[in-house]
Amino acid sequence: MSLAVDRVPHLAVVGNPNTGKSTLFSALTGIFTRTGNFPGVTVEMKLGRLKTSTQEAVLVDLPGTYSLAARSADERVTVDVLLGLRPEIGSLAGALCIVDGTNLERNLYLFSQVRDLGLPVLLIVNMIDRAEKAGISITAPELSQRLGVPVVFCNAHDQSSVALVQKSIFEFIAQNPPAAQGTDLAAQQASNSDFPPPFETAVNELQGLLSTHGRKMPRPLVSRLLMDIDGQIEQTEVQRWPELSPHLQRLREQVSAAGYRISGIEPRVRYASIRKAIAGLEIRPVRQAGQFSEKLDGWLTHSVFGLLVFIFMMFVVFQLLYRGAEPVMELMETAFGSLQDLVGAMMPRGPLRSLVTQGVIAGVGGVLVFLPQIVLLFLFLAILEDCGYMARAAFLMDRLMTKVGLSGKSFVPLMSSFACAIPGVMATRVIENRKDRMVTILVAPLMSCSARLPVYSLLIGAFIPGVSFFSGWVDLRSLVLLAFLSLGAIVAIPVAWILKKTIFPGETPPFVMELPPYKWPSIKTVFQRVYDRAAAFVVRAGTLILLTSIVIWGLGYFPGDHSRENAILAEMEETNRVSDGLIERRDELQQKLKGTNEVQPSSFYARWIRSQPVVKRKEAGEIPPLTPAEIEKIEKDLIALNQQIKEYSNLMEQLEGELVPTQGQLQENSFLGMAGHWIEPIVRPLGWDWRIGVGVLASFPAREVIIATLGVIYNLGEGMEAESPQLRDALVNSRNPDGSPVFTIPVALSIMVFFALCAQCMATLVVVAQESGSWKWAVFTFVYMTVLAYVGALITFQVASLWW
Amino acid sequence: MTATLESLQTGQHARVQDVQGDDSLALRIMEMGLLPGAEIEFIGRAPLGDPLEIRVAGYHLSLRKAEAHRVVIEVI
Repeated sequence: MSLAVDRVPHLAVVGNPNTGKSTLFSALTGIFTRTGNFPGVTVEMKLGRLKTSTQEAVLVDLPGTYSLAARSADERVTVDVLLGLRPEIGSLAGALCIVDGTNLERNLYLFSQVRDLGLPVLLIVNMIDRAEKAGISITAPELSQRLGVPVVFCNAHDQSSVALVQKSIFEFIAQNPPAAQGTDLAAQQASNSDFPPPFETAVNELQGLLSTHGRKMPRPLVSRLLMDIDGQIEQTEVQRWPELSPHLQRLREQVSAAGYRISGIEPRVRYASIRKAIAGLEIRPVRQAGQFSEKLDGWLTHSVFGLLVFIFMMFVVFQLLYRGAEPVMELMETAFGSLQDLVGAMMPRGPLRSLVTQGVIAGVGGVLVFLPQIVLLFLFLAILEDCGYMARAAFLMDRLMTKVGLSGKSFVPLMSSFACAIPGVMATRVIENRKDRMVTILVAPLMSCSARLPVYSLLIGAFIPGVSFFSGWVDLRSLVLLAFLSLGAIVAIPVAWILKKTIFPGETPPFVMELPPYKWPSIKTVFQRVYDRAAAFVVRAGTLILLTSIVIWGLGYFPGDHSRENAILAEMEETNRVSDGLIERRDELQQKLKGTNEVQPSSFYARWIRSQPVVKRKEAGEIPPLTPAEIEKIEKDLIALNQQIKEYSNLMEQLEGELVPTQGQLQENSFLGMAGHWIEPIVRPLGWDWRIGVGVLASFPAREVIIATLGVIYNLGEGMEAESPQLRDALVNSRNPDGSPVFTIPVALSIMVFFALCAQCMATLVVVAQESGSWKWAVFTFVYMTVLAYVGALITFQVASLWW
Repeated sequence: MTATLESLQTGQHARVQDVQGDDSLALRIMEMGLLPGAEIEFIGRAPLGDPLEIRVAGYHLSLRKAEAHRVVIEVI
C-alpha cells in the first residue's frame, strides 16, 4: 500500500443522527457532491471537496450513527472506512466528529469510539448557540484540554462559523500529516485506553490467536470483535474460521469473570469516562416540559389528535403526488410528443427514425416523467425529516407495522408507493435495518400505483355493468375499482410476513430511536436532499431504463419489413400536404367571395365598414365589386375544389384503413408478437388469447403501455387512451376464431388481477436493483410478482368462469 | 419485586437498575444512555399502545415494550 504524497487529504465526517451533520457538510462542500457506492452494501457515502485558494481536502460523509458496534454489513462500512480498509476511499488523514452541543453526553459516545480507532479526530461541537442558551459553561480550548483532541464550536447555519470550522480543519490537517499515520493501524498496540486490564489482555490474546491463523487484524477491530456480541465482525470472522466461536466465548467469559460483564462493558466504560470529562458542565436539557416544542409534541403524539394530524399529513403527501404531479407529467408527455414529431420530421423514414423517436426520445421521456413525483415526494419527506416529524411518524405507525414484522419506518415508503413505487422504494433509505429495508423494497411494488389506473378504468368501463345500490350511493364500478386498488396492499401483508420468516429471518430488530426536538427545516438541507435523490434517479437509474426501453423498442420493431408501413405513411403525409393546399385555396376563394380578403386598415371607420354586409361595403367602395362572370368562375372553382378535397379525404381514410392492419401485422410478426404467440398456451388458462399476451409482454416497460398496444392490436391505431370509446367497443366486440367473445367478465377480471400484482414496470425494477445493491433482488421481485400475478389471474378466471 | 420500564405511568420518574441480557439488544439499549444509574422520565405511549417514549440523558428516546421489558428500574 503506497501513499501518494500529493494525494488530497481525505477526512471522514461522522456523527449521530440529528446533529446537523448534513447541513454542515453541505455548508462546507457546496451542493455538488459525488456519491460513492460500495459493492454489496446499500449505504452510500457522499464525497465533497473542501477548498480554499491554497488548500484542498476531500470530506467523506458517513451515514449518521449512534455507535460503531456494527450489526450489519452496512454499518460495518463505517468502521472499515475509518480504519482505512476500504480501497474506494483509501487511508484517511483524520476524522471530523460532529456532536450536538446540547446533548454532549450521548454524542461523545461515538466520538470516544472513533478516537479509540487511533485516527486523529477533530471534534466539532455543533448547535453551540442552543447549547449556550442551555447553559453550557465551557470554551472550546477547555473542552479540548479535557478530551485531548482539538475542538471547534460551530453553528452550521452561520456562515462565519462555517468559515472558522474550515480554518480549523486545515490546521488540523497540517498538524496530522497523512504520512505520519494511517497504514500502520494494524500494528498499533493498546493505547492508554479507559478499558480495564482484563479486557486489554483478552484483546491481546484474541489478536495473537487471529494472527496465528493468518488473519492480521487492526487492534481496534479486534477489540470491537470482542465487545460486539453477535456483531457483524463476529459473523464474518466466524464464517472465515469457525473455531473462533469457542475462543470468543471463552475470552468473553474470562472478562466477565474478572468482574466486567461483557455486554455492558463498552457503554459502562465509555459513559463513565465521558461523564468524568464533562463533569461540572451542567447543561440543562433542551427539551423541557412546558416549552412550545414539548406542547406541540404532546399534541402530535396524542392518541386521537396525533393520529388525525398524521392521517391528514399523509393525505396531503398523497394528493400532492397523485394530483399535483399530474399536470407537470402531462406537460412533459406533450413536450416529448412534440419533440418526437419535430425530430421525426427532420429524419428520413426508416429504422433509425423509429429508433430515435420511439426508442430514444420515448425512453428519455419515460425516465423524466417520474421526476415530478420524485421531486415532490422528497421535498415533502425532506421537510418532515428535517423538522423532526418523520421520527414521530415512525413512532405512531410502529405498532401497525410490527404486525407484519416491519417497523414504523416502513410506513411512509409503502404509503408513497400507492402513488408510485419508484420514489417509494427510494424512500426506504430511512430504514436502518437492512432486513426491514429489503422487505419494504420488495413489497413496495405491490402497492397500487397510479400507472395501474388506466388499465382498471379501461376494463372496468368496458365490462363491469354500471349498476348502483343503496339508491345510487354506491355503484358497482367504484366498488370494483376500490377492490383492485386495495388488492396489492392486502396481498403485501402475507408476502411481507413470509419474506420475514424465510429469506430475511432473525429477531425483530430493535426500535430504539431518538425523538429529536422540533426545529425549522433548513432550506439548504432540504434542497440538497431533493437534488441528490433526483440526480441519483436520472443518472444511475435513468441510463438503464433508457437502455431497456431501446431493447423493447427493438423487439417490437424487428424483424418485420416496415417498407409497406413507411410507404403508406409517406403517402399519407403527401396526401395530407396536397389536401391542406387545396383547403387553403378553397378558403381563399370563399373569402374572396365574401369580400374579406383584402388588407385591413386599422382605422375605426375601416373596422366598422368591415363589419357591414358585403353589399354595403361594395357601395362604400370598400371592396372592388366582382363582376357576375367572376363570381360564376369562383363558384365553379369552388365546386371542383370541394370535389377534390373530398376525394383526398376518402383517400386518407382508405390509407388509414390500410395502415392500421399493417401495423397490427408488423406487431404480430415482431419478436414481441412471436413471443406473444409462443406464450399463448401459457396464458390460455387465464382466459387470454395471444393478443392479450402481446399486450402484457409489450407493457413490460410500463403497465400503461398495454392501452396503446391493445389499440394497435385491435387495429385502432396507436393513439388510444383508457377513455377512448372505440377501444372499449373493440374489446367488447372482439371475437375468437370460433365467434365467441375474447373478452368476458372473467377475462377482464383476470387481466386486472394480473396487472394489480405483476411487476410490469422496468423503472421500478431498476430502482429496486439500485437500492438493494444487487440485480438479484430486481430479478427476485420480477419473478415473485409475476408468479403471484399469474396464479392470481388463474384463480380469478377459473373461479369467475363458474358464474359467467 | 423488580419493575421494568414497560410498567411505568406517564410522568413517572425512575432510575435504571439493570439492563437484562447479554446480546446486541442489551448493548444497543445501553449505548443510547440507558445505563444502570441513569435517571429517566416516562413521557407516554404511542396512540396504538406501543412503542413508549421516555426522556433520558437530556433527550427523548422511543423504544418498544419488548425492549423496555429488559430495563429494570426503580421508581423515584
